[in-house]
Amino acid sequence: MSSTLEKLSPWLFTLGIFVLWELVCRIFKVDTFVLPAPSQIFQAVGQYWLPLAKNAFVTLWTTLAGFALAVAFGIVLGIIVGWSRTIYRGLYPVMIGFNSIPKVAVVPILIIWFGIGIVPAVLTAFLISFFPIVVNVATGLASMEPELEDVLRALGAKKLDIMLKVGIPRTQPYLFGSLKVAITLAFVGAVMSETIGANSGLGHLMVQAGSNFQMPLVFACLLGLAVEGIVMYAVFAYVEAYFTGWAFRSSMSAAA
Amino acid sequence: MASMTGSVDINHVTLTYRSAGGGVLALRDTSLNVPRGEFAAVVGPSGCGKSSLMKIVTGLVPPDSGDIVIFGDRVRGPVKIAGMAFQNPNLLPWRKVIDNVLLPLEIVEPHRRKFRRERQHYRDEAEALLKTVGLDGFSQRFPWELSGGMQQRVSLCRALIHQPALLMLDEPFAALDAFTREELWCVLRDLWQKLGFTVILVTHDLREAAFLADNIHVMSARPGHIVMTKTVDLPRPRDLDICFEPHFTAIVHELRAKIAEVRKP
Ligand SMILES: Nc1ncnc2c1ncn2[C@@H]1O[C@H](COP(=O)(O)OP(=O)(O)O)[C@@H](O)[C@H]1O
Ligand SMILES: [Mg+2]
Repeated sequence: MSSTLEKLSPWLFTLGIFVLWELVCRIFKVDTFVLPAPSQIFQAVGQYWLPLAKNAFVTLWTTLAGFALAVAFGIVLGIIVGWSRTIYRGLYPVMIGFNSIPKVAVVPILIIWFGIGIVPAVLTAFLISFFPIVVNVATGLASMEPELEDVLRALGAKKLDIMLKVGIPRTQPYLFGSLKVAITLAFVGAVMSETIGANSGLGHLMVQAGSNFQMPLVFACLLGLAVEGIVMYAVFAYVEAYFTGWAFRSSMSAAA
Repeated sequence: MASMTGSVDINHVTLTYRSAGGGVLALRDTSLNVPRGEFAAVVGPSGCGKSSLMKIVTGLVPPDSGDIVIFGDRVRGPVKIAGMAFQNPNLLPWRKVIDNVLLPLEIVEPHRRKFRRERQHYRDEAEALLKTVGLDGFSQRFPWELSGGMQQRVSLCRALIHQPALLMLDEPFAALDAFTREELWCVLRDLWQKLGFTVILVTHDLREAAFLADNIHVMSARPGHIVMTKTVDLPRPRDLDICFEPHFTAIVHELRAKIAEVRKP
C-alpha cells in the first residue's frame, strides 16, 4: 500500500505542480507573455511537435557525441593521471585551472574556429563534461589500498599487472558514478552552445521562439529539455547501479 | 633455484624514511635469522618498525644498509615468492571467493603461463585449500557475504595458493574478536604443520606469538632492533589448552616484562 504510494509519489508531485501552476495562472490572470499556463504549453507542444522533436533529437545526439568523447578521453587521461603520483601532482593543478574557466567564455572561440553548427555544441559538451570523469577515474586508481599493492608486488607483479587486476576494475564504481554527472553537464554544455550560436537544437529553437515572442513555445522547449535531461540521468543512474552492485554492497558490510 | 636448506637472514639492516620534515629512522642495525620451515614471531610496541621489517624482507623497500638473504638468494627487489596477509583482508569485492584465492596464480610464474590451460586444476587446488580452512562451500560467494574471520581465512588462502616458501603475516588477526582469533590461530597452526612453509608473523598479541611460534623476537621502540629472542619450548602439536599452563604463562610474562622495559624512553 504505502510502497505503491511511494512509487507513484514522483508522478503525483509533478502533476500537482502543473495543476498548481495552472491554477495560479488562471486565478491571477497571468499574462501569457510573462508565464504561460501548462495548458498553453502543452498546446504548443501539440502544435509544434515536429520541430520540437527534430531539434530535441539534434540536442540529444550532440550531447551524446560530446559525452562519448568525454568518456573516451576522460578514461584515458584518468588512467594516465592515476598511474603515478608524480603525474597526478603535476597535472592536477593544470586540470583544476582548466576546469575553472567558465565554458560560456569558450563557446564564442569555438564558433569562430568551427563556425555556427553542431561542432561547437559537441565540443562544448565534451569540454564541460570530461573533468569529473578524469577526476573519478584517477581517484579510483590513486586510492588503491597500499597493502593490496604490497601483496601483489611481493608476488612479482608489475605496475601493469596491478593496474589490470586491481586498479582498473576498482575504478568502475567511480567511473559509473561520474557518468551520470557527466551526462548532465554535457547536456548543459550542448544547450548552452546552441543558445549562443547554432542553427538547430532545442536551445536554438528556444532562442528563436523567444525572439518571435512565442512564450508557450519557449516553455515547450524548456519542458523538452527537462524531459530529456531526466531520461539521460535516469539511464546512467541505472547503468551505475547495474554495473557496480558489488561496490554498494561491499561498502555496506565493510565493517564486517 | 634456492637450495632446500638455508634460512631467512636479515643482516644489520638500517632503514630511514625520508620526508620533507626530515628523516624517520625506523630500523637500526636489525639482525634476525629464521631457519627454513620455522615459525617466527616478531613482537614489539606499536610504531617500532615491525611493518617496515616486513617490507624490507620482501624487498618492497630497499634498506639503507645491510642485506637480506632468503634461502641463499640475496634480495635485490620485490621477491617473487612470498605470500603476504595483513590486518585488513584486502579482498577484491568484484571477485568471488575462489577468484580472490586464485589471484596470485594469475601473476606468479610459472602458474601465470599455465593459468588458462590448467584452470580446472587450479580451481580444484583452491577449493581444497578453502576446505582446509573450513570454508567448504563458500567459494562462489562474494567477500561481502562473509564475516571478518571468514574473509581473513580467504586472505590466508590467497597468501598460500602458490605454495610460497615464505609467508609474511602483519598483524593478521588484530581486528578480530577473541574467539575468532583463537579459531584462526588453529587454522594457521594446521596450515603450517601441513604445508611446512616458513612464517614470519608480526603481532602485538603476546599469547598469539607464544601459542604459534618456535622463536619470538622482541623489538625495541623506534628505531627498532631485536633486543631479545625467546625460544618457545612447548611441545607440538599445541592445543589451545596450552594457553592455561604455567609454563605458557611464564613465557608471556617474560615477554611482557621485556616490552615494558623497552617502551620506557
Ligand atoms: N612510508 C612511510 N613514510 C614515512 N614514515 C613511515 C612510513 N612508514 C612507516 N613510517 C614510520 O616508521 C615507523 C615504523 O613504522 P611501522 O614499520 O609501520 O611500525 P609498526 O608496524 O611496528 O607499527 C613509524 O614511526 C612510522 O611513522
Ligand atoms: Mg604495523
